Amino acid sequence: MKRFPEYYSFWHITGHYGLRVTAFLVLLFLMLPILVIMPLSFNSQPFFTFTEGMLSLDPDAYSMRWYQEIIDDPNWLLAIRNSFIVGTIAAIIATVLGTLAAVGLSSQWMPYKRLITALLLSPMIVPLIIIAAGMFFFYTQFNLVGTFTGLIIAHAALGVPFVIITVTATLSGFDRSLFVAGLSLGASPVKVFWDVVIPLIRPGVISGGLFAFVTSFDEVVLVLFLAGPEQRTIPRQMFSGLREQINPTILAVATLLIVLSAALLFTLEALRRRSARLSAGG
Amino acid sequence: MNSISHTLDPDDARNAAREVRKRRLQAFLFVVPLLVFIMFAFVAPITTMLYRSVHNPTVANLVPETLAALEEWSGEGMPDDTVLIQFATDMKRMANERTSGQLADEINRALPGMSSVVKSTARTLRRVEDSDLSANGATLLLAANDRWSDPATWRAVRDAGPTYSSSYYLTAVDMERTTDGGIAPRDTQIYKQLYTKTLKMALIITILTILLGYPLAFFMAHASSGLANFLMVFVLLPFWTSLLVRTTAWIALLQTNGVVNSTLIALGITDQPIEMLYTQFATIIAMTHILLPFMVLPLYAVMRGIDNSFMRAAISMGSRPLGAWYKIYLPMSLPGLSAGALLVFIISVGYYITPALVGGVDGQMISNIIAFHMQQSNNWELAAALGSLLLILILVLYWLFDKFVGTDNIKLG
Repeated sequence: MKRFPEYYSFWHITGHYGLRVTAFLVLLFLMLPILVIMPLSFNSQPFFTFTEGMLSLDPDAYSMRWYQEIIDDPNWLLAIRNSFIVGTIAAIIATVLGTLAAVGLSSQWMPYKRLITALLLSPMIVPLIIIAAGMFFFYTQFNLVGTFTGLIIAHAALGVPFVIITVTATLSGFDRSLFVAGLSLGASPVKVFWDVVIPLIRPGVISGGLFAFVTSFDEVVLVLFLAGPEQRTIPRQMFSGLREQINPTILAVATLLIVLSAALLFTLEALRRRSARLSAGG
Repeated sequence: MNSISHTLDPDDARNAAREVRKRRLQAFLFVVPLLVFIMFAFVAPITTMLYRSVHNPTVANLVPETLAALEEWSGEGMPDDTVLIQFATDMKRMANERTSGQLADEINRALPGMSSVVKSTARTLRRVEDSDLSANGATLLLAANDRWSDPATWRAVRDAGPTYSSSYYLTAVDMERTTDGGIAPRDTQIYKQLYTKTLKMALIITILTILLGYPLAFFMAHASSGLANFLMVFVLLPFWTSLLVRTTAWIALLQTNGVVNSTLIALGITDQPIEMLYTQFATIIAMTHILLPFMVLPLYAVMRGIDNSFMRAAISMGSRPLGAWYKIYLPMSLPGLSAGALLVFIISVGYYITPALVGGVDGQMISNIIAFHMQQSNNWELAAALGSLLLILILVLYWLFDKFVGTDNIKLG
């Protein structure tokens, strides 16, 4: 039993344990849905619930059949390939353009800074359904609907705000005199940018790129409006699966995606620590 | 700059000004590529949507001559036979071009039931000879369907004509134009109710995330940093997990024969499965789960910076814990609370995917109806008008967010 200071009343002690229990229950609420579907994806039956066999840990009640179905289904394979292609190219576009813009925006000389920042961050604020409708109207005129180009442009626009935010954050800890020092030693601005600035802001650039990739990788609303059957991505395939015939294959895909997000989370955390260490050391 | 420049001689001042211009241009050049890209990829599409909400040239392109002929008409009684003959000719042409369906859709919006009338009339007139049509077009048209002898039908044709019209906004706020040109509420109020429902659901979700998120953030902020970092994983993992994965999880949990119902039956709480999926309840619980991290993260960030000795001091001086929290802690945690609440509210107002998948009829929000008009009813102009209203709502909310919370301290993860 923990010892409390003497001025603590009964209510304070109750509150202390009450808070612990509440916090635990809320964490359970956050994690349980994700934890529950992972074992369900190994169900040998096409059910969305734990069978008696699963509860008694009967090996026959578990199987990899839903994972096998992903591999056997050309639609899923196409979706997985498309997700990676679209996500990678969109992230590269967003990262290159976003990093350049963040460098410009963090300069004290930048004109109309507030207005331009607001404009560049707006894809994060405007509801996706509005973006989707607008893009559908506008991209139709350029025959971009139902093409990879159209989808990649759309996803890159969604990823831009994340790159701007993360790179601006790392640049705020960046010592501008390093840039001046590089110039004074005779290096060209491009060389200074490439050899001095980029290595120092690299953690921010990489995490911005990862954010942009995940944004595209998870995105479904724009895909629903802009993509044709050839451009179906994992979320698009999941969405139609959930709409039409719900099948535990989706649980297997979901489990794979959870593992992927966990890996990503740890990568970002490592980058954050590295960035914190760098700015503390610098 | 100005206070310095008058101590410099004119040449220096000019050089300084040139230098400033050069620096500003250099900074701006970095932003240009992205600016051009965003203008094309994002700004132009949003502008197109806004434009679309007042611009619909379909009818004007389909039957320009009929509309021109209708301009003479007063709106009372039947239009002249010349109008009817012109329209009959247009109908035959549209039937051959297979565009009569477009006209049918447009007129049907103002006058339900007209879709089949237009299509069947087009089919009938298609078989008539041109010479016959120019002589007896009016009679043939009236014979094809008796709704053509109703002046209301012709008002609908005329009113669908203008290329620019505010009628989609009127529909979006449940108003309509009356025969005498005034504006009156529609008989069935759909969209106002939908906006109210959306705001109400967003509010419920926001309150739920506060009720769940505040104690959790409080606990984490006062735990040792090792424990806090460990627990943070349990907040960040759901945050990083795909939205569709979390929605899938709720479908698996809430299904008729899903985990929750099986558990309830096994525990003897209920005999029969309870209908939970495809209800408003499902939308609210799934969205609360999805948006909870957006509440916890800003709250935690603010609470982490609050010195705990204030609370201890208040309690040591005889304040009750709840009283100390209300008077001391709550005001200090308010920046995090308002940031989280506004963020959750703004995101939930525009939500589409989760309501579409788990909401059923009851749990649909404004975004779902916009998608419906885009994809199923093909009433793009109404979708654009509803979308523009939603955009205005979001911008107002965001302006409030910026005013009270500030957008400079948006952090990720």
